[in-house]
Amino acid sequence: MKSSIEAVNLSKKYGSFTALSDLNLKIEGSKCVGFLGPNGAGKTTTLKIFTDLIRATSGEALINGMNVHTHKKQALASVGALVETPEIYPSLTPREALMMLAEQRGVPRAERNKKIEEALSEVQMGEWIDKRVGKFSKGMKQRVSVASALLSDPTIVLLDEPSTGLDPRGMSEVRQIVKALKNKKRLVFMSSHLLSEVSEVCDEVAIIDHGKLLVYDTLSKVTEKFSGVGNVIDVGFSRPIQDVLVSKTISFLGDVVSAEKMDDRNLRIRFNGGPEAQERILAELVKTNMGVLSCRPASSALEDVYLNLVKDTM
Amino acid sequence: MTESQFTDIGGVPGSLTQTGITLKYTFLDYFRSRRFYILLSITLLISALLTVLVGYYRPASFLSSDLSFYSSWWGNSVTYIVILSGIFFGGDAISGEFQNKTGYFIIPNPVRRSSVYIGKWLAAFIASSVILMLFTAITLSNGLYYFGLNIPYQFFESVLFAWFYLAGVMGFTFFFSSLFKSGSYSILVTAILFLFAFTLVQTLVSSLVQIEPWFLVTYGAEIIGNVLKSPYPAHVSTASFGPGGGTTFTVYNATIPEGLAIIAVYCVATAVLGLILFERKEFN
Repeated sequence: MKSSIEAVNLSKKYGSFTALSDLNLKIEGSKCVGFLGPNGAGKTTTLKIFTDLIRATSGEALINGMNVHTHKKQALASVGALVETPEIYPSLTPREALMMLAEQRGVPRAERNKKIEEALSEVQMGEWIDKRVGKFSKGMKQRVSVASALLSDPTIVLLDEPSTGLDPRGMSEVRQIVKALKNKKRLVFMSSHLLSEVSEVCDEVAIIDHGKLLVYDTLSKVTEKFSGVGNVIDVGFSRPIQDVLVSKTISFLGDVVSAEKMDDRNLRIRFNGGPEAQERILAELVKTNMGVLSCRPASSALEDVYLNLVKDTM
Repeated sequence: MTESQFTDIGGVPGSLTQTGITLKYTFLDYFRSRRFYILLSITLLISALLTVLVGYYRPASFLSSDLSFYSSWWGNSVTYIVILSGIFFGGDAISGEFQNKTGYFIIPNPVRRSSVYIGKWLAAFIASSVILMLFTAITLSNGLYYFGLNIPYQFFESVLFAWFYLAGVMGFTFFFSSLFKSGSYSILVTAILFLFAFTLVQTLVSSLVQIEPWFLVTYGAEIIGNVLKSPYPAHVSTASFGPGGGTTFTVYNATIPEGLAIIAVYCVATAVLGLILFERKEFN
């Protein structure tokens, strides 16, 4: 059975304020979906409903077809979640805190210690495993919380701004962890304010604003449809880029909308079309003998989409 | 379809097992906490003061008989230790999950909130019991020193009533802890109610309005001290003060069945109400 999370007419009201309005969203399979929106858009509210931290005013939150509120244990049995910045009982050590969750989640006794050590090593907290959490910094606690979400090898992972409170190395490690989850064929649903992070690790993106879903599709389709200029890639070269080559050749390649030097060896290319167009452009660039070293989606493409769709913030 | 209390669901243990797991780790947290050692120190301080004062001054109220010894030593102090234990361990047990955000670590897991609530309740009860056991042991040690093995059976009744009262107080503190999202509020309200408000209301309604304060748990808890008195105090008595009869005050004493019933109702009603509140409360 495919892993799935589904919001059916999901609404949440706080008095007269509508935090979430008739959200309908079905995500299934093994992929990473970025959940974007401005502050107060309803991202955390959605994730809190999916983890039974709050109740929906109306509608249903389903995980693998099970209602999270009425059948919490079945629904969350295969879910690892990190919502906001959890605190851990200060007098427990990471080993004890994770052991508590491992026991609650039914991780077999023989595997518990190994899984805990692996999860903590993955977030670089291995050497703190038997120190009391009360003395940890916010970032260290966040790392332990990330480890707790991975502990039982869940098939679905819900992450609410997982990089919050982490230093640049920690953020990078979280991205690597999410990529590893994708490779392990997990379904990852991740809210984030970091568009570059979403561009780098997510296959699909859902954008929400004022509690309403604006768009949900693959990253390339969303950028193609809403950025106004199609896709954007950053290409790195081993040799300095000649201005004349940019203005006379690259800018006139088929599907290319614009080519802009970022610096001496990096070029940002905006183009129309999907992966096929990108493939053709890269093939042409290789022929220029400037030594193509790298190519990655530019975060600005998603930024363009975001700014086009989300006109104002609350 | 309801979720099973006993059997595994997709590898996840039953709710009773999960209650036990919550109990184990919450108790570990309490046992290592500063508040545990503060309460331990308070209990030892009270015990040390009593030991020194009784040993040095040899007051007749303590040493006239074995029953009066246990009545004066245990009957006058234990309710305060019970109340302090309830406040220390139960006061922010649930509200702390919201205020300190520890709930965000536990609740998004396949575990029912009732397992968390009951596990924490039991952990708080056991941690308080450790303190109460210490006070019981010190009381008994002094009693054995002054009166040998002549331990009146009423003392054992009083000990049982004290533990029962602890359950009632714990239910009450968990109710307030579920009602508020701030640990400070729940601790403060519980402390004010148990240490001042209930006693004040009890005095006012019984003495001035001549109504039996059967609705107050502190009234029911008087059986802990009264059972150590011989004879057991009359259910209703009056006393007059002032010239020419003056003002008449009515004094009520709960009978043992009545006291037990009051504590039981408080224990069950407040614990269940607290659980309902916790089930409905949102992590905003």
